[in-house]
Amino acid sequence: MNPRRALLVAGVGSLLIRPARATVPALQQAVAAFTGGVPVGSGGQRVLLQIEPLVDNGNAVPVMVTVPSPMTAADHVRRIAVFAEHNPQPEVIVFELGPHNGRAQVGTRLRLATSQQVLAVAQFSDGTFWQHALDVVVTLAACIEI
Amino acid sequence: MGKGIVHLLRQARRGQLLEVRATTLHPMETGQRLDSLGRPLARDIVRRIECRWGNDLVFAADLFPAVAANPYVSFFVVATTSAVVTVRWRGDNGFEHQEAVSVEVL
Repeated sequence: MNPRRALLVAGVGSLLIRPARATVPALQQAVAAFTGGVPVGSGGQRVLLQIEPLVDNGNAVPVMVTVPSPMTAADHVRRIAVFAEHNPQPEVIVFELGPHNGRAQVGTRLRLATSQQVLAVAQFSDGTFWQHALDVVVTLAACIEI
Repeated sequence: MGKGIVHLLRQARRGQLLEVRATTLHPMETGQRLDSLGRPLARDIVRRIECRWGNDLVFAADLFPAVAANPYVSFFVVATTSAVVTVRWRGDNGFEHQEAVSVEVL
């Protein structure tokens, strides 16, 4: 084929090349790093995240995660991770648990930079992951004030 | 008192479920804040908390900058035998602190 047609074909071909994959949101990446790529289930009340839906001060927001579990050697919670979707960094804390804890209930206080989704992911001894997410409205944001 | 507080019953029955609440004095500098000249203040946080019942690790947590200053954690532990329960905090710039609580298990 003549050079001009080849150029046209090449040009059209370049338009048909798929664009680069859109960046995976930071939260998804962080959760995938925690689970090692294992899909996370939600619903079924396997994980209960408790946090105030309206927060007046994002500098110290109490949060509690409860995972109903017999906490026996055969059936227990291994880890619980908390993420904040729109913080500069999504990871907040990762708890390591075992049968010696007796109850998979952990609490902490976190900083929220803006109104966002807070996510708790639990890893069970059988290798499965379950999550619970809640939306939080933050009136006074953390992370930005001197 | 030092730089840490651990709330835990000092006496328990064997097999009793105990709640542990622990906090330490630490600014948890996130690395996001800027000083008056606009330069970022270096990150300086508590990185890891570990609780041991005697010699056995019964709880651990990895902390990130999003944990509030004077980091607080709460968790549960089953009382097994009388032991010294220690909570240890480790963080940036060599931060290390430990609190010990003697628990008598009847």
